[in-house]
Amino acid sequence: MAIIVTQEKATDGILREVQEISGVDLSVCYQCKKCTSGCPVAALVKSPPSEIIRRLQLNAGDEILESDLLWTCLSCETCSARCPMGIDLAAVMDALRHLALDRKASKQQGNVPLFNRVFLETVRLFGRTYDMLMIAAYKVGTLKLLNDTEKFPTMLKKRKIALFPTLEADRKTVRRIFKKAKQNRGT
Amino acid sequence: MKYAYFPGCSAESTARDMHESTLAVSERLGIDLQEPRGWTCCGATAGHQTDSLLAVSLPAATLVKVKDMGLDLVANCAACYNRLKLANHLVLTSPDMRRKVADAIGRDYDGSVRIRHFMEVLLEDVGLDTIQNALRSSLKGLKVACYYGCLLVRPHEAMQFDDPENPTSLDRLVRTLGAETLDWPHKVECCGGGLSMTRTDVVIRLTESILSMAKLAGADCIAVSCPMCQINLDMRQLDIQRQLGKRYDMPIVYVTQLIGLCLGISADTLGFNKLMVPASTVIEAVGDAA
Repeated sequence: MAIIVTQEKATDGILREVQEISGVDLSVCYQCKKCTSGCPVAALVKSPPSEIIRRLQLNAGDEILESDLLWTCLSCETCSARCPMGIDLAAVMDALRHLALDRKASKQQGNVPLFNRVFLETVRLFGRTYDMLMIAAYKVGTLKLLNDTEKFPTMLKKRKIALFPTLEADRKTVRRIFKKAKQNRGT
Repeated sequence: MKYAYFPGCSAESTARDMHESTLAVSERLGIDLQEPRGWTCCGATAGHQTDSLLAVSLPAATLVKVKDMGLDLVANCAACYNRLKLANHLVLTSPDMRRKVADAIGRDYDGSVRIRHFMEVLLEDVGLDTIQNALRSSLKGLKVACYYGCLLVRPHEAMQFDDPENPTSLDRLVRTLGAETLDWPHKVECCGGGLSMTRTDVVIRLTESILSMAKLAGADCIAVSCPMCQINLDMRQLDIQRQLGKRYDMPIVYVTQLIGLCLGISADTLGFNKLMVPASTVIEAVGDAA
């Protein structure tokens, strides 16, 4: 791994913001790479967790918000659990994702942001998730209409998925929460 | 023994088997579970990946309802358990977050509701002796790989559940049923549940790695307590067979289903008919209590 830092990038890094949002001090990382060793997706991404930290320490700019790890990371927290310096890297990943969403990073990798949006939209509508609508909306959004469809008949037959949404949740409070969260983000 | 019970959204859809077996086992063991009226989604992974305030306020909306009930809250879904406990942790450690959450849910929540996993209730409140005395049959001869996944044990600072690298809670429960539990290295590896739909390619690799390790250890089945792990390890076996040409036929069962069988509850009541990979080897292993 070779990281080249240009002078321009060194002046407009997002390290401070990431540390503020996550409450994590990244300066104590000494690159032992335990996070990367334990990360279940490290082998599948261009920049593994330890490299993300080093890039941030070297004053990476907004380009780091387009790293493929952001939306491949499973939030399994193995990195945070094993860091000898107590760095909560999972919180750092959340902070990077929040910044990426706020700034509409141009290349959000893959379909996870869309999945999260449709998941949360069913929660906003019904107060609880509604799998059928979520899956339908996700399939329409990704145009992957046929993925996993072979499993549906069995799942329906076994009643392994609910046909209708619940109407018993406190939807009023949930809508209020979504409204306040949006205001809090200032969007 | 009376508790507030948070079933979680999966309990009404893809994890009815978890929910039904939890209720059936509770009834037999004298555990009274009461759902808070109007409980709402914990926000799960989508919540915390999207917005910090959303991630804490969604679980807090239910927690403040439970506070009014004056009971401990029991969750069986590892993902809900995780988000509920983290909400408590964040409200307790950040006055600023507590203030923002109060504004979002319309009431102050102080982080005081005690949150328990159903496994903790079985181990700590009911006790292994009481469970053993209630058993009508045993799973002697069955080899079980207990799988804990991520969300039950991490982050340890907030979860305080068992040992984060080598947990044994499920193993102790399963051994009480007469089954043999296996020492194997993938107890807390991630199965990729959160990306099951979005990155199926990644998830096939991760589930295959867990299934192959369980098979190597000699497991007849994998016992879980998380609905994300259950459906992911269960359903993806079909894709593994198609894409990698490997057939596991490994039943993925809830610990509550195993306990229920030994308490004499029927397999149908426990939702065994909802599993994608049939668990007939597990059901046939039920024999006389030792």
